[in-house]
Amino acid sequence: MRLSRFLEEKLGALYRAGGRIVGGVYLGKGQEAFAAAMGVQLRMGQDIYGPLIRDQAGRLAFGEPVIETLRTYLGAATGPMKGRDGNIHRGRPRDGYMAMISHLGSLLSVVAGALFARRLKGTLGDSIGATSVGDGATSTGAFHEGMNLAAVEKLPLIVSIANNQYAYSTPNTRQYACENLVDRAKGYGVHGEHVDATDLVSCLTAFRGAAARAKAGEGPQIVVGTLLRLAGHGEHDDASYIPDRKRHTHEARDCIDVAAKFAVQQGWVTEEELVRQMEGIRRLVDQTVAKVSKEPVPDPFKENWQALSTSELVEGQNAS
Amino acid sequence: MSGSITYLEAIREAQYDALRNDPAVFLYGQDINTFGGAFKATKNLGKEFPGRVFDSPISEDAMVGLAIGAAIEGARPIVEMQFADFSSIGFNQIVNQAATLYWRTETHCPVTIRLPSGGTAGSGPFHSQSMEAIYAHYPGLVIVTPATVEDAYWMLLDSVALNDPVIYCEHKFLYYHLKSESTGERSLPIGKARIARPGRHATVVTYSAMVHDAIRAAEELQLDGYQIEVVDLRSVKPMDTDTILGSVARTGRLLAVGEAFPWGGVTAEVISRVASEGFHLLDAPPMRLNAKDTPIPYHPNLWKAHRPTVSSIAGALRSLLRY
Repeated sequence: MRLSRFLEEKLGALYRAGGRIVGGVYLGKGQEAFAAAMGVQLRMGQDIYGPLIRDQAGRLAFGEPVIETLRTYLGAATGPMKGRDGNIHRGRPRDGYMAMISHLGSLLSVVAGALFARRLKGTLGDSIGATSVGDGATSTGAFHEGMNLAAVEKLPLIVSIANNQYAYSTPNTRQYACENLVDRAKGYGVHGEHVDATDLVSCLTAFRGAAARAKAGEGPQIVVGTLLRLAGHGEHDDASYIPDRKRHTHEARDCIDVAAKFAVQQGWVTEEELVRQMEGIRRLVDQTVAKVSKEPVPDPFKENWQALSTSELVEGQNAS
Repeated sequence: MSGSITYLEAIREAQYDALRNDPAVFLYGQDINTFGGAFKATKNLGKEFPGRVFDSPISEDAMVGLAIGAAIEGARPIVEMQFADFSSIGFNQIVNQAATLYWRTETHCPVTIRLPSGGTAGSGPFHSQSMEAIYAHYPGLVIVTPATVEDAYWMLLDSVALNDPVIYCEHKFLYYHLKSESTGERSLPIGKARIARPGRHATVVTYSAMVHDAIRAAEELQLDGYQIEVVDLRSVKPMDTDTILGSVARTGRLLAVGEAFPWGGVTAEVISRVASEGFHLLDAPPMRLNAKDTPIPYHPNLWKAHRPTVSSIAGALRSLLRY
């Protein structure tokens, strides 16, 4: 969570400094506990993960190295997307780590499909899938179709809904009319839980339970977390549409402060250890930024410009 | 035409063989298991391959999404859209998820999406569409449009074997009418056009069901002493420009015929390629003939006038030859 926050702050700083990051920067500030609590349930190489925009902490918890984030944001040719796509649109699908497209809710059925194929092959074992959406994505047809299909197929899929109260600038009141998004679980015939997403312990408990139920064959699991996005939609957005009073509510608590305070109170960690941990985080991120900055960027003359894997079907003007 | 296997049976046969040959293949679509599909293209396949033919909810977006996820995991799904028209609901998954996957992540996406396409009388605006041009516009997709029983069979098997997403446009009008003795031998690969009828006075470039109308129009013009060459594109993407240009080089005249709407599309692409790469080969301005620029009508009287017909193709050829 703290690595995620520091890494994202660094991305924000690089964006504001200009020149290094082409395109936007989209942060998950305030959503780290909710995202990480799901990510830690997953085993890279065994489970399927389809994160969305504000899941930097979940990606790290799943096992994505810091360098993959930076290579994608900085457009390094060495990165997983090789400059063909950027920022949060990254993954390694063959390793069960899906690369989101911008169309919200559309990864849900894809993660479901990966699980479906494993069940067909007989290799599902106790693998699970997990994917994230926000309050805004729950309004899409893709979300509904994917959720319903996953329920019909009874797939071991966790769907996390981070209700950060604003989809870009649109408040919940213009997004849905049910009382709580978790009410939808009943309609889909799946188990649903609602948690205070500013509280890491509640998030961990909820996702641990969801993972266990999914593994036990109980089908899709919805976990809704209420929180407030503590940043703009992207770094270009000052989020002036969020009224001040909202910023002083329970949902606006910083989940990292809450978790750190709790861990110190419990005696799991000392203030000094937290300071030392942050020094390590700073070193890791700074060194990785320095390393990636020296890496090659994509070269249009070396790019193969092939949208198909079957070279002989690539049309004339693109064929090499 | 006599024969023992129809175009529709060839599609079923190809799916049977795909399922039999490769355990990674499965079928996903509405009403395709015990019911055998709205057109019976999967008749008995659920019984013959238990656990590999699935009825899906009416969720074209999620059906395609599921197929993509499965393909990422090494499966080779065939998705049946009940009608090509309904693939608009799965459009996003097709053009943004499936079509971009290899480019973005170098991950193979061997998904075949079957689109029962084109008009039959009485089907109206939402059960008659031809979607090939829409999908061909997007990079990362292969679009095939078989016109014969043999191609229906072999191109479906070839589609399933490709590691890229394929939009397989099967023409509903040909389902029962078109018959052949057998599915024949594998002939041309995807990406190669076929000279369906040789000639020397004019070239008709077309695809899918219109190949047969074009051949009948060519037979009509033969009575007037004209030899019309008919090129069957077989796949509209990739488009076999070499075969088209070779034919126009022989005839000097081009008519592109398609059943789809007139704005843009396959026929416009054919004309554009010949105009820019083979202008010197042309003895007359190239012509195109498409459906009218309205939704597809329900009543047979209107429907017949909406799409190109043997007589409208013959009429277009006569004006092309008069130039």
